[in-house]
Amino acid sequence: MPARTGASRRAGGLVLGLSTAYLTLIVLIPIAAVVAASFEGGLSAFWDEVTSPGAVAALKLTFVASLLVVLVNAVTGTLIAWVLVRDDFRGKGVVNAVIDLPFALPTIVAGLTLLAVYGPGSPLGVDVAYTRAAVVLALLFVTLPFVVRAVQPVLVELDREMEEAAASLGARPLTTFRRIILPNLMPAVLSGAALSFGKAVGEFGAVVLISGNIPFDTEVASVNIFKSIESGEQAAAAAVSVVLLVLSFVVLAAADVLERRSRRHDA
Amino acid sequence: MRSSAGSRYALRTLALGYLLLLLVLPCSMIVYSTFRDGLAPVWEALTDPSFVSALELTLIAVGIAVPVNTIFGVMCAIALVRRPPKHGAWLVNSMIGLPLALSPVVVGLALVLVYGQDGWLGSWFEESGIQIIFSTPGIVLATIFVTLPFVVREVIPVLREVGTDQDEAARTLGASRFQTFRRITLPAIRWGVAYGVVLTTARALGEYGAVAVVSGRIAGKTETLTLHVDEEYLRFNEVAAFTTSLVLAVLAVLTLVAMNAFKPKEYKEVADVDRRPPSHETV
Repeated sequence: MPARTGASRRAGGLVLGLSTAYLTLIVLIPIAAVVAASFEGGLSAFWDEVTSPGAVAALKLTFVASLLVVLVNAVTGTLIAWVLVRDDFRGKGVVNAVIDLPFALPTIVAGLTLLAVYGPGSPLGVDVAYTRAAVVLALLFVTLPFVVRAVQPVLVELDREMEEAAASLGARPLTTFRRIILPNLMPAVLSGAALSFGKAVGEFGAVVLISGNIPFDTEVASVNIFKSIESGEQAAAAAVSVVLLVLSFVVLAAADVLERRSRRHDA
Repeated sequence: MRSSAGSRYALRTLALGYLLLLLVLPCSMIVYSTFRDGLAPVWEALTDPSFVSALELTLIAVGIAVPVNTIFGVMCAIALVRRPPKHGAWLVNSMIGLPLALSPVVVGLALVLVYGQDGWLGSWFEESGIQIIFSTPGIVLATIFVTLPFVVREVIPVLREVGTDQDEAARTLGASRFQTFRRITLPAIRWGVAYGVVLTTARALGEYGAVAVVSGRIAGKTETLTLHVDEEYLRFNEVAAFTTSLVLAVLAVLTLVAMNAFKPKEYKEVADVDRRPPSHETV
């Protein structure tokens, strides 16, 4: 390794310093402002805001709907990944490419068009607009790719010898799937699920049109925060935000751990 | 594995049916609803001054956020990989990850609390005569915040894989630090950067929640394309809402095409395996 000159060390330090300054300015200070605003009236004021009936109802709906969405995604995501890797049919490449559409499509567009298909005047005759089912539907749309994309590469890498051995020993396909394949997929499923949970908990654009935002019924946490900001109740908005923030942090950490574990599994 | 044709078709039908109902039908509905009443109202919506100004504002936000986050993204990645901070690496990592996990509304609130009228820096900016919230700078800041992670996260793994051997060789041969970056590092990471730029652009074009909080929604002034969709829908101008949505959806599809072109190697391998003839041999 060549000896570092003083100038190059300074240049490296400059890069690190600028990066840190940028992150601090763009992310850290604004987030700190939210935390500070939530505790401005002290701990008891924070607690009062978080436990106000409206906030509790919104947080509860968000949490339960997100959990439901994660469970559905774990099953459908694994199924779709399975079909994309193990099955073969015409147009599979197109289906594979289309999976990422919810990542690319603006959330407000997703909400608008879901309302057109599953709202009043639905061409299918299914109208779930302004119900909790609509919240779940919107969240399913925006989180669709996570589990599929997490499971797909693992499934491709999966050694088929184990399955063949199990089958030749007389295991039925379902048994082979449950005992051999699923345990191998589990870390990827969980990591995809954690990411979808994180996305679902904070979703705003896709939900705001189709849910109707009825307080104590279909109002999710992010809409609750939005309404508080609009009516100038910044402390209330900040308090609920901090709860979401903590939730995000926990989910982020969990996804990180799971991802690392699944990577170790691959090796 | 022996899987009967019957169960294979059943699984395929289930998966494709789910995608049809959740994804394909809603996405086709954007096209159908746009052209339902013919071309005239679509043209009217596209030439409406409020649409044009929303398009302009979106392009300004994207035009600033993408280059800024590309430059700082590459810098952050180099700093984190080549000179990892001794302390607080977890803090830097979570700052980079946070915008991905955070609700966009919280991002909006955070910016209001710093740059708004009663915000930490609000009075200072007010005295300087610079308005941030309810104005273009706020929208740009919100877009920068939510798109911050993409380039960094794509470049970090590439940098790790590339290593430092070539850089060090170049340095020993007398190349300056900047020359080394331009001639060695940058070419090595260019596909990672390209993929990150595509992701950043997609997110910047489509951002809604954070922008909704900081924009104040002054039609023709602080409305981006996504806010314009919402605004037109609430005014019962469905065709205009869907026309704008279609514009955004077309941009999203273009992004997808670009994403597939720039996808990192590991995903490419997945796609290659996909193309391999299926092996349904029975044991």
